[in-house]
Amino acid sequence: MTYLLRHGLVVGPDATRVADVLVRDGVIAAVGEHLAAPAGAVVIDAEGCWVGPGFVDLHTHLREPGREAAETIESGAQAGALGGYCALVAMPNTEPALDNVALVSFVLDKGARTVLDVAVAGAITQGREGRHLAPLAEMAHLGVRLFTDDGTGVQDPSLMRRALEYARPLGVRLAQHCEDESLAAGGSMNEGVVSSRLGLVGRPALAEELMVMRDIELVRLTGGAVHFLHLSTRRSLDLVTTARREGLDVTCEVAPHHFTLDESACETFDPHFKVHPPLRPASDVAALREAMRGGLVDAVATDHAPHAPELKDRAFDEAPAGMLGLEHAAALTYEALGGAQADPVRFFEVMSRGPARVAQLRATDSRPRHGAHGGELREGHDANVVVFDPRSQWTVRRDELHSRARNTPYDGRQLTGRVTTTIARGRLVVHEGKLV
Amino acid sequence: MDWLEGCVVTSSIRGTNLLTLDVLDDRAIVEVLDTAELFVEVNQRTIKKVPALKGRVVASLFYEESTRTRLSFETAAKRLSADVLSLAVASSSVKKGESLRDTIATIDALGIDAVVMRHQSSGAAHQVARYVPHVRVINAGDGLHQHPTQGLLDAFTVRQVLAERAHARGPETGKELFAGLRVLIVGDVRHSRVARSDIAAYTTLGAEVKLAAPGTLLPASLEGWPVSVAPDFDEALEWADVVGVLRLQRERGTGSFVPTLAEFTATHGLTAERARRLRPGTIVMHPGPMNRGVEIDAAVADSTAAVIERQVSNGVPIRMATLYLTVTGTAEEATL
Repeated sequence: MTYLLRHGLVVGPDATRVADVLVRDGVIAAVGEHLAAPAGAVVIDAEGCWVGPGFVDLHTHLREPGREAAETIESGAQAGALGGYCALVAMPNTEPALDNVALVSFVLDKGARTVLDVAVAGAITQGREGRHLAPLAEMAHLGVRLFTDDGTGVQDPSLMRRALEYARPLGVRLAQHCEDESLAAGGSMNEGVVSSRLGLVGRPALAEELMVMRDIELVRLTGGAVHFLHLSTRRSLDLVTTARREGLDVTCEVAPHHFTLDESACETFDPHFKVHPPLRPASDVAALREAMRGGLVDAVATDHAPHAPELKDRAFDEAPAGMLGLEHAAALTYEALGGAQADPVRFFEVMSRGPARVAQLRATDSRPRHGAHGGELREGHDANVVVFDPRSQWTVRRDELHSRARNTPYDGRQLTGRVTTTIARGRLVVHEGKLV
Repeated sequence: MDWLEGCVVTSSIRGTNLLTLDVLDDRAIVEVLDTAELFVEVNQRTIKKVPALKGRVVASLFYEESTRTRLSFETAAKRLSADVLSLAVASSSVKKGESLRDTIATIDALGIDAVVMRHQSSGAAHQVARYVPHVRVINAGDGLHQHPTQGLLDAFTVRQVLAERAHARGPETGKELFAGLRVLIVGDVRHSRVARSDIAAYTTLGAEVKLAAPGTLLPASLEGWPVSVAPDFDEALEWADVVGVLRLQRERGTGSFVPTLAEFTATHGLTAERARRLRPGTIVMHPGPMNRGVEIDAAVADSTAAVIERQVSNGVPIRMATLYLTVTGTAEEATL
């Protein structure tokens, strides 16, 4: 199929320009002004919209295998496409955990049959139990470039050290869910003023920061590479800033809920606001936004965590942690970057280029199973393209989401900015904001 | 209170839910106390029953074992002539995996006006209130959060004792007996929903509240709480007009917060020896059930300073008042 995106603001790595983008046979055929529409081409008006590389999510819980009532690889991919994503990194905390070649292949194969590219993050330890290393080399051979025990962090420093030493020559990166369980266990929201009043057991910021500190030192010791998942406090970001200045190979992501919601949301005891790491005070929310604008943050990652509705109909401390993210991440990121003042280059940096770099899905990386992501829209590149309309206003409706689950914390929230078109693997999968 | 800045404060619980005392102002609390005073008289009659809630259905939904609170609420409902549906969920639905929403929907389908709910999780009553907006929800204790009727009956008991000493009737005194009253709350504040409700009730009525507890049994943050922490328990005992002893919540794993029970008793137990520091007239309270010999010595619990049994008997009129006000809504609607 052939598509012509007309008059959009084409966003490159450094600059923007108004141009047309012609997509043909799975690749970008031309970028330029006043391109003629070939016969049979679908012409899409992108006037006033941002056109850039499709989004990449470093942190998606697709729940398959094991919890298909909450999400499947297919339903998650559809929700992702609607959110503007062309590639998702599936998290390994499925049941069973993605800790071996057979399970990774299962997800990759199913992912290949969806509308977009599904990459896999493998588990660092067998069964995510934090005791024995999983076969990282075998999984790396299948193309896995990120490993994590996400859901929990690797608690044992000695094991984390071995994992870093083992991973280093494989050219892969370890992604850490930073929470020291001995400090956080049993807690269901941020520890502080609000938790004390509500009588909810807290998860202190220190639980996160202590593990960030520890892993930075382990990177220093081993020469390894760590990606910090969903950082949520000012202090964590400060630690990363310092580590980077010292030349250590650490990257980090932030999640939309952490930069748009604060702990006061828990006052209603609505379990839709329960997440790990927890929603923090407003001062941390502000720090995350600063870091997004300032360039410290490599990626916005959704931590899209579907849960079957009945699991969120429990009491706050008994409900599982996590919330949906794929379908509203772009609008929330736009808002956090300043709304009408948001820099489109920075927007695509955190939504596409940065995460593609961390996941090693860049145009230059040769990968057997996936197309190239996060690159420039240039002739010959794989056609993973998104059109984002920064003027579009919409209201999140829990029942209108495409995820199988309903656990969004944003039900009823008015957002600005919406994905109107997603072209993934050269195919138009979202047109006028709807799945094709 | 600082922590309530921006919150809606309620001036009456008529026709509303009773989920937390945090949002009630002094008028709302005095109204409950004054209404309870009317019911004290009912409880002294030979026929202890009024038709105020005749034809109404009150469900009691206890997810956590509780004998005294449950009996107290059910007695209160019956004395108001309500029909009582008593559900022992702790032993049935939960074990079968039913969600909170489904359980309340099932009970609601039977046709109820109010639900009295106890749950081991903070905020559970708030959630149920969202699920069944047409039913009045009365929180009978949720996790570590609130136990509103306990806070109310504690305030009621204090006012009753002080009014008697002043040869006055409680309702005539409004909240004036609380002005400058010095209340010391001691023990496991961190895990105590009673402490959170007591603090709200006493301070809203004008009392000054101090806390005494081992460092580990104070909440993680007291920022914004209208209280101060007493650096020395023994000195604070001499200061206090009222001492509220909290139950050490051993079932909540308090054991890991203090080295030994003996050490807790030595540092923060109201022992007989320590009780000698109390000024004459100081009121000693405990919400029960007591760990005699741990947070309070048996001799102190049984002394004339203690009003523990009075707290229990005041539970009924306070809960009658609570049910009456929340369920009937307007004053005109009901007859006594």
